[in-house]
Amino acid sequence: MTERETKISIENVYKIFGPDPQSVLQRVREGMSKQDVLEETGHTVGIKDVSLEIGAGEIYVIMGLSGSGKSTLIRHINRLIEPTSGRILVDGEDVLTLNQTQLRELRRHKISMVFQRFALLPHKTVLENSISGLTLRGESKADAHERAMGQIKLVGLEGFENQYPSQLSGGMQQRVGLARALATDAEVLLMDEAFSALDPLIRNDMQDQLLEIQKTLNRTIVFITHDLDEALRIGDKIAILRDGELRQVGTGEDILMNPADDYVSRFVKDVNRGRVVTVGSIAANIPSVGMGQATYNEAILKMRNDAADATYVVDENGKPIGAVTEAVAAKLNGRAEDQISNTDDLAPVNVTSEHTVIEDMLTMIVESDVPVAVTDESGKLIGGLGRSAVIQALVRANKLGSDG
Amino acid sequence: MADGADKAGFLETFFGREFPELINMRGVRITIDNGFEWVVANWGEWLEEAFLPVLHLLNAIEGALLWLPWYVIIAIIVALSWFATKQVFVTIGLGLMMFGLGFIGLWPQSMATIALMLTSTLLAIIIGIPIGIWMSRSDRVQGILLPVLDIMQTMPIFVYLIPFVMVFGPGKIPALLATIVFAVPPVIRLTNLGIRQVDKEVIEAYTAFGATKRQMLFGVQIPLALPTIMAGINQTTMMALSMVVIASMIGAGGLGYQVLQGIQRLEISRGLLAGLAIVFLAIIFDRIAQSYGKRMQQHLHLGH
Repeated sequence: MTERETKISIENVYKIFGPDPQSVLQRVREGMSKQDVLEETGHTVGIKDVSLEIGAGEIYVIMGLSGSGKSTLIRHINRLIEPTSGRILVDGEDVLTLNQTQLRELRRHKISMVFQRFALLPHKTVLENSISGLTLRGESKADAHERAMGQIKLVGLEGFENQYPSQLSGGMQQRVGLARALATDAEVLLMDEAFSALDPLIRNDMQDQLLEIQKTLNRTIVFITHDLDEALRIGDKIAILRDGELRQVGTGEDILMNPADDYVSRFVKDVNRGRVVTVGSIAANIPSVGMGQATYNEAILKMRNDAADATYVVDENGKPIGAVTEAVAAKLNGRAEDQISNTDDLAPVNVTSEHTVIEDMLTMIVESDVPVAVTDESGKLIGGLGRSAVIQALVRANKLGSDG
Repeated sequence: MADGADKAGFLETFFGREFPELINMRGVRITIDNGFEWVVANWGEWLEEAFLPVLHLLNAIEGALLWLPWYVIIAIIVALSWFATKQVFVTIGLGLMMFGLGFIGLWPQSMATIALMLTSTLLAIIIGIPIGIWMSRSDRVQGILLPVLDIMQTMPIFVYLIPFVMVFGPGKIPALLATIVFAVPPVIRLTNLGIRQVDKEVIEAYTAFGATKRQMLFGVQIPLALPTIMAGINQTTMMALSMVVIASMIGAGGLGYQVLQGIQRLEISRGLLAGLAIVFLAIIFDRIAQSYGKRMQQHLHLGH
């Protein structure tokens, strides 16, 4: 993954709820547990020493179960909640130093938000709701209409703009919420359990749509969810929060393949790995020879020495074009010492890119007798994948194979 | 031991059969009365002057209602009820009741009562909604005002009449002011309640989009609280109407005065007909106000 410029940086944020948070802060810093703090002082620790770096243009998922502090944390970014201690920088500017007017400007122009229960105005139409962020900052209705119609099209609500929210389904209402948030052209989009109230099918649609929109708009999205499948599906990066503490930060694959602790591994246990683990991360080393640069016998020997199911034959660019297998060897009829030169003699090879997730190549794996060849972006062979390796990756919780 | 004897004597009186007189209540009452009389003597004229615009408003409304031909007034009521209810039978019913007011010979009295009711409701709204908003923004203010409103609503109505009559003498102004004091609590209460009940997530959403307090109040809180506020206005209207008989005792005129005369002259017909007219007015205004409230609610919560 390419390094991105940091957009939002959360530094050592603590949030303690109660009558006198500052008095408790020192004890929490010294490592007193959430339970003990509650029993001894009556204060609730919401967030404990969380630091995050969120890159520009990234979909950053903060996930955790209810009570983990994820909704509290996201509200620190636009200061709907003030931290007890710590710093929050957006584009390098500390939002905690802003006065009321500056904070309002930040909320009007730079950060917008989508809410779990939509939070639409029931007495306004879809169009009026979509422009409400714009009219709040004093833009004329005519300008706002024009721009909001673009967002309405983008989220697929065209034709509904004069309906009232109560006339729409949950999914449609959240599209209005999304259109309203996109309309302000804010660079940062905070999404608080935005799809959690929707049916599973609609939720999937919305996730797809968000990814689609993100391709063109490239906003920085901070997405809160309690659903790991959702996190893995849309998140470029995932932070796992428990009891207000950060447990692990990484890509979905990192978290699945190398869970940082017991909590995370219990969490990821039931996940459908096939949707997340990429072929590249579990591809095994399978021998290969160049076309016209080895004999059939050499290829067969290589295969047997490595206890592999095949030896791939690659062209001058390293692209797999066929394979020598035991079945091929049996049909050579005395030509074993010939140079490999004719693809017709070879077993056909299915090829897939290293970024493919396992689920998308299951059929290919099942239909192919020869291990599926895995290539990098330029089409060069980097390894192969047999059935047993795929099955192991799907069922085993610990780390598997080498990274390509 | 004179001291001990005193103590024993005091205890004997305190736990006697009758409730002991701990302070001189007669003196307290005289102080209150004198204090108020001083206010009347020194501020009476000023107060009368200050409330003159209110009287002008009442007279203007009453004048307009009496100046318009009866059929125009009926047409206005029919139109209002049609737009509010969209029900043919209800509209015809309300029109007939309106016609009935004139039919039983109480048209001018009814107009005077409507004028008193409209004026006091209007003023109660103007006073009540801002107080309700203020109350919704601070738990402290709510804590203080709720018991005050409770007292205002449970205090017997006649008690209000005394100070108003003392200041203004019998007439329309004290009748109007007493009616407002009596009718204003529901609109305050329900404005407060309505604003407090507005969905917290919507408030949070518009805070997150950078709404100012003013934008929040007029763009989110009041529109979403409007059905509840309308219910408060409806109650206020009904309470104002229920005051007309009592207000007529201090010179408000109208239908209440007819009832009062019925009592004084022991004319059952006069009391009965005026009573009937008051019932008609109550039904007409209640129907219209309620239907507008429901219409608003539908607009806001349809399908929720």
